Parts: sequence; C-alpha cells; structure tokens
Amino acid sequence: MAHKIASFVRNELIPESPPPVSETGAIKWMRENLFSSPLNIIMTIASLWAVYTLFNSVAPWFLNGVWSGNSVRDCYEILDGATGACFAVLKERWPQLIYGFKYPPSEFWRPNFAAVLLCVAIVPVLFSTVSKKLFLFTVVYPFLAFWLIWGGTILGPIVAFAGCAVAVLASRRLESYGFALAALCGFVCALVCWIFGGYLVDIGKDFLVLPSVPSRDMGGFMLNLILGTVCVSLSIPLGIMLALGRQSDMPIIKWICVCFIEFIRGVPLITLLFVANVVLAYFFPPDTNIDLILRVIIMITLFSAAYIAEVIRGGLAALPSGQFEAANSLGLNYAQAMRLIILPQALKVSIPGIVNVAVGLFKDTTLVSIISMFDLVGMIRGPILSSTAWNGVYWELFAFAALLFFVVCYGISQYSQWLERQLETDHR
Amino acid sequence: MTEQVHLEISDEIAIQIQNMNKWFGSFHVLRDIDLTVNRGERIVVCGPSGSGKSTLIRCINALEEHQKGQIIVDGIELTSDLKNIDKIRSEVGMCFQHFNLFPHLSILENCTLAPIWVRNTPKKEAEEVAMHFLEKVKIPEQADKYPGQLSGGQQQRVAIARSLCMKPRIMLFDEPTSALDPEMIKEVLDTMIELAEEGMTMICVTHEMGFARQVANRVIFMDQGQIVEQNAPEPFFNDPQNPRTQLFLSQILGH
Repeated sequence: MAHKIASFVRNELIPESPPPVSETGAIKWMRENLFSSPLNIIMTIASLWAVYTLFNSVAPWFLNGVWSGNSVRDCYEILDGATGACFAVLKERWPQLIYGFKYPPSEFWRPNFAAVLLCVAIVPVLFSTVSKKLFLFTVVYPFLAFWLIWGGTILGPIVAFAGCAVAVLASRRLESYGFALAALCGFVCALVCWIFGGYLVDIGKDFLVLPSVPSRDMGGFMLNLILGTVCVSLSIPLGIMLALGRQSDMPIIKWICVCFIEFIRGVPLITLLFVANVVLAYFFPPDTNIDLILRVIIMITLFSAAYIAEVIRGGLAALPSGQFEAANSLGLNYAQAMRLIILPQALKVSIPGIVNVAVGLFKDTTLVSIISMFDLVGMIRGPILSSTAWNGVYWELFAFAALLFFVVCYGISQYSQWLERQLETDHR
Repeated sequence: MTEQVHLEISDEIAIQIQNMNKWFGSFHVLRDIDLTVNRGERIVVCGPSGSGKSTLIRCINALEEHQKGQIIVDGIELTSDLKNIDKIRSEVGMCFQHFNLFPHLSILENCTLAPIWVRNTPKKEAEEVAMHFLEKVKIPEQADKYPGQLSGGQQQRVAIARSLCMKPRIMLFDEPTSALDPEMIKEVLDTMIELAEEGMTMICVTHEMGFARQVANRVIFMDQGQIVEQNAPEPFFNDPQNPRTQLFLSQILGH
C-alpha cells in the first residue's frame, strides 16, 4: 500500500518571542529551587528557621561586643550580665597578635613596610600583563624584606643577592656546555662570592644598620605570613623539579625523587617540625647554629614540595604524548620543550591542586606553635590566654584568628579561579 | 584523475636507511628496512594498520629509536647523540594525525616558537615568515586565534605551516588526513600538493590513494614490518605483483 507523504514548505520564518512569564525571573527560580515538592517546602522552612536561630544567637553577642577595657573583668562589668563578646582583648593585645610579644614596638614600621612592598613585589608574579621591569623588584624583594624584618647591616643581604646573581650569570654563560656543568660552576661562583662577601660584611658591620631582631623574637600573624610566603614560593619550583625528576630517564635521579616524595608524604608534618626543632642539630657540626625559622622553613618547604610534585605529576600525565612529540619534532631541546610547551600546560591543569596545597601549607604554619614558636595561634594559646587578664576569652580570639586566615586563603582561592579563567584558551 | 605532478629529482640523497630493525620490547616491528630517498622525491607509504609505516617515519626524526642498522638523514647519522638528533629534527618537519598544535599558544605563536628558540630568529622576522606560510596555507586571518577555535582542517594546515616555518628540507606526514571530516581532507591535500609542486622532499603515510597517484614518485607498500612492494604509482596501482598488495588494494579501492 502506498504511503502518502504530506509535502510541506515553510515560506516565512517564525519570529523570536519571549518565554511565558511564569517561566522567568525570581518566581520561577523560587518555585524550582525552594518549593518544588512538599519535602522541599519543609526543608526550606526548616533551613530558614535554622539560619534565623543562628543569627539570633550570634548577632547580640557580636553587636554587644565590648571594644575597650584592660581585662576580661572590665568586659563583664560593662556587659553587666548581658550576652556580648569581649573584643577588647583584640584591641589591647593587637601588637602581640600581629608581631608576637618580643618584637620591639619601635620597629613595627619595618614589617609593615615589608608587607606593603610584598604587595608590590607579588604583582608581576600574579598578573602577566604588568610590565616586566617590575619583575626586577620581585627578584630583589626577598633580600630587602629580610633586611627590613631581621635588621642588621644591609651588606649581608646585598652579598647574598650578589652571590645568587653571579651564580645565575655564570650558569647562563655555560648553559651551552651542558646543564650539570653550568649548575656546578654557578654554585662554585656563588660560594666564592659569599665567602669573600662574608669578610666584607665583617668589615662593614656598621653600614646602613637597622636594629637587629633575632628569629626567636618573631611571632604573631607576621610569622605565619613569613613562613607561608617563603615556603609557598620555594616549594613550587622545588615541586616542579621533583615532578620532572620523577619522570626522568636517568634512573638515579628518578629513584632519588621517588624515595624523597614517598618518604616525605609518609611522615606527618609535626614529626618533621620536631625533627627541625631538636634532631636536626645532631646532624650538623656542633658549633653551627642554624636559625630556627630557617630550619622550620626547610622542613615545611620539603613537605609541601613533595605534595606539589605529585599534583604536577598528575598535570604532566594529563597531557597527550603528542605535545612532547610535536615539541621534539620541531627541534626544541628538553629544557625548551619543558619550559615552553609542557610546563605551561601541565601547571595550568594543576592550578586547583597547587592552590589546595598552598592553602593547606599556609594554615599548617600554625603547627609551629607546637614547637614553642609564638605564631598567631601560639600567641593566643600561650601568652594571651594564660595571662590573668584575659583568661577564658576563647571565642573572640580564635574567631579573629580564623577570620585572618580565612581572608588570606579565600583571596588565594579567588585568585586561582580568576587565573584559570584567564588561561582558558582551549575552548572545550 | 588529475595529472601527475612532474618534477626533476636530484641525484643527491636525502635519506638513506640501511638494514634497519626495530623492536618494541620483544615485538619485531620493523624488519630489515632498506630505503633511499633522493632530494625532491615524494614517497607515499601505505599498508594495513600495524604494519609499521608510522613507526618507520617516526624513526627518521628519532621520535622512535631504532635498534639495528643505519639511518642517515641529510648526511648526518642518527645515533643516540642528542646534538645530532636536535639538528636532524630541526631539518625535518613533521605533521601528525592529531595535529598536535600547542593549545596554550595562539596560531602565530605556534608558528614562531621553534624559529625563535631553535634558530634564534628575531621575533619580528619569525612573525613575518610565519605570516608568509600562514598565507600559503590560506589562513592568515586566523593568526591571533587559538587552536581550539579552528576546524580540524584548519588546524592541520596550521601544523603544516608550523613545520614549514623551520624551513625544513624534508617533510614527514603521519596520516595527516585520517582524523578529518571528508570535506576538510581536500583542503589539507591541496596544501600538500602545492608543497610537492615546489619540490619538497616528502614521505607521507596516507590512505589517500588519489593523492598517491597524483603526487608520489614512488609508492611503498608495507606489511608486518617489511617493505613488501615499491613501485611508481601507475604500475603499483594497475599491476601490483605481491598477492598481499593485491588484496590490500582490492579492499581499499574496491568500493
């Protein structure tokens, strides 16, 4: 039986029209997300009630907060039985919370100035559109910041910087003779520079001196920031090297990297910090005295470098092998292929993981309070809470600590999401 | 069928492969390969999948290492010496089945990267050369886009331009059209034909038999890691000698 086909030709296109009113705007959103079923209606109401109760109990505590007073008893007197926070502790102990309890108050401008300069120095690292000249300042910044925060003669940091600069220049010159030779020569040049520089520093002890502040006097949130910034910026390059080393064809390098990563990942950070505090001294000659902060920096850096290495290894594994082959087939050597083709892509994939480790690292800097360093948490747990004046003011102090860390960590997280969007070029 | 491209082939040898063998583990992928390619010659390699044709051309620029025998490219023998390998790679351009453009770089940057870093060409000059070759593959207007924004055919043409920017003396093509939609195959083949007409030494692994008839001086048929038959395109397609070649040709030309 023949089937009849209805022939059809459209001569006029249907014009665009707006969707029905019930399908747009706030009403639709509420109906779909809050009141879509009886169960969801109950849940919505219950959640609103929970939010209200929470707000109801926290708001008076916060709003009634007492901001002036010299002890917790002053707060109680002012509150006179009403609920309210005792924020006076933050005001009275502010310098201790930020700088620790031994940093000389007359020198507070130095860490403040260093923090402002940090904001400048970090800009060319975070934003690639900024002029490359600013990057020179970023290179100089660590030495400048050291001088500002620790004090002493400026010759020390200058010699340290000169050593690094000489090492870089020397290894650049010798790059064409092979990487290992270049690195070795760079190291030797730096060493020579530092040894001679050491005499120079001894002679010019009084040149541009800031009152020196020893490491054990550092504390408060400043210590967390110092440890966080230094360790993050050291552990990312170290992590990249470990990740590449783990993929190396050279068995000895590969096994060193594998053993290092697996060992460090298998050990708790606190153990490593105790090692830094106590055990490390046994391994050095008796008369060497390595600064406690330096020891802690080394340990935290090694710890997070191992994690970052694994994150980056994941990023490297995500790249199709065609990228390596294309880079090789164009005649790029290993270093060029890695720097120009492989790492930019692998690091982009690893951003969420790296940020995860960086945020974790920053918060883990509070663990140094265990080995009797007075960082923000150490200050709160130690000198402040155990003083008779502020005994028992837990909520206010720890909420303040949480807030400080949250601001920094949330900032890092927002930046990383912005960066990911910036690097989005593959339009998947 | 379009007319065959005719060009003088010089007596100068571009690639010489002697008694070359390769194993993947214990699997013998390439067996006693002997192949001499003169400058200006255009060779098409065909054969069933797994016959070792891709591996053969990947050995020529040392993406794969051979274990026995000799490969001499442009007078330089391929050994494990990294300097030789980098030198040969910069003289030998290669196009891949999946293009392998660098997705984090713009089209122009893809093309200028190797000249700038390997040949130390000034950026300005490298960009001019890149634009010249992008015009040649007919997509200069895409220079500032990223690979992800281009169609497959366009990406493959960029890949060809990227190789040409290194001014290679030899071009290798590893199934350049296999990952493309039928309507994009033509634009890539046209580019390759144009390249052939200019006298580029080419070795091309492909299943495009029309291209082979039109462009190749010589067609090589491989099976099980060996060169089974090689001949000029006319006799190769019209009068194949080996039964394996006959079967293969009847299968791909049969429908």
